[in-house]
Amino acid sequence: MSGAVACGGALGALARHGLGVLFPAAPPAFPWTTLVINTLGCLLIGALVGWLVASAPHRLAGPFLSTGALGGFTTFSAFAVDVEALVHLGRPGTAVAYLVATPALALSAVFAGTALIRRVRPAPPAPPAEDVPTERTR
Amino acid sequence: MTVLLVAVGGAAGAVLRHLAGLRTSSPFPWGILLVNVAASFLLGLLTAGALAGWLPVWGLTLGGAGFCGALSTYSTLAYDVMRLAESGERRPAVVNLVFTLVAGLAAAFAGAAVGRAL
Repeated sequence: MSGAVACGGALGALARHGLGVLFPAAPPAFPWTTLVINTLGCLLIGALVGWLVASAPHRLAGPFLSTGALGGFTTFSAFAVDVEALVHLGRPGTAVAYLVATPALALSAVFAGTALIRRVRPAPPAPPAEDVPTERTR
Repeated sequence: MTVLLVAVGGAAGAVLRHLAGLRTSSPFPWGILLVNVAASFLLGLLTAGALAGWLPVWGLTLGGAGFCGALSTYSTLAYDVMRLAESGERRPAVVNLVFTLVAGLAAAFAGAAVGRAL
């Protein structure tokens, strides 16, 4: 379980770092790259959880993809530290815009991802009572 | 070398966050809130340390881009807020979001201040 989380976390962190190298946007500039990373990660987790519920894949898929890869890809700490850096560098307006935009887009994205996957892959209906495996029948 | 530092830090941060999430027995995600605030303090400290010169660049790559980045999460935060709101727990949903933002920002400011003073 922890191994799957570790592998996913390493891949997620590398993807985030790679995008930061390809598209550098550090304060005093508006941190677009981190904003896109966090929004994309939230869109994907909404879709991913819906898919995990509907498809019931391998038991390590959730820890690897959700906790590991998307958890490692998105970052709260870089968001908070970039807000501090923008204030420190004399860009309070940019800091407030970034501070408001990130949670607004993150929440919109997770709702959008969830709504999207529920439309494409509706969760299977709960099985009739007699089909639910019990300790006796398993 | 950079790839290795980010990967090792990222793996350690993700596992620690996973363990913090498991420790939470209540439906309110205290563990994730705690790691987000702690990572914000540490990243503020390390970033200021790298700028001030007492932390080598590789230390910021390992501890910042790798460890703090993966220890903290926005996807789980946003998902938990949605999960709480959808299950009718509107107040805990708002408290989780607002408290994480306020405490996380305070932690980042505090960490940066300490890092500049060292």
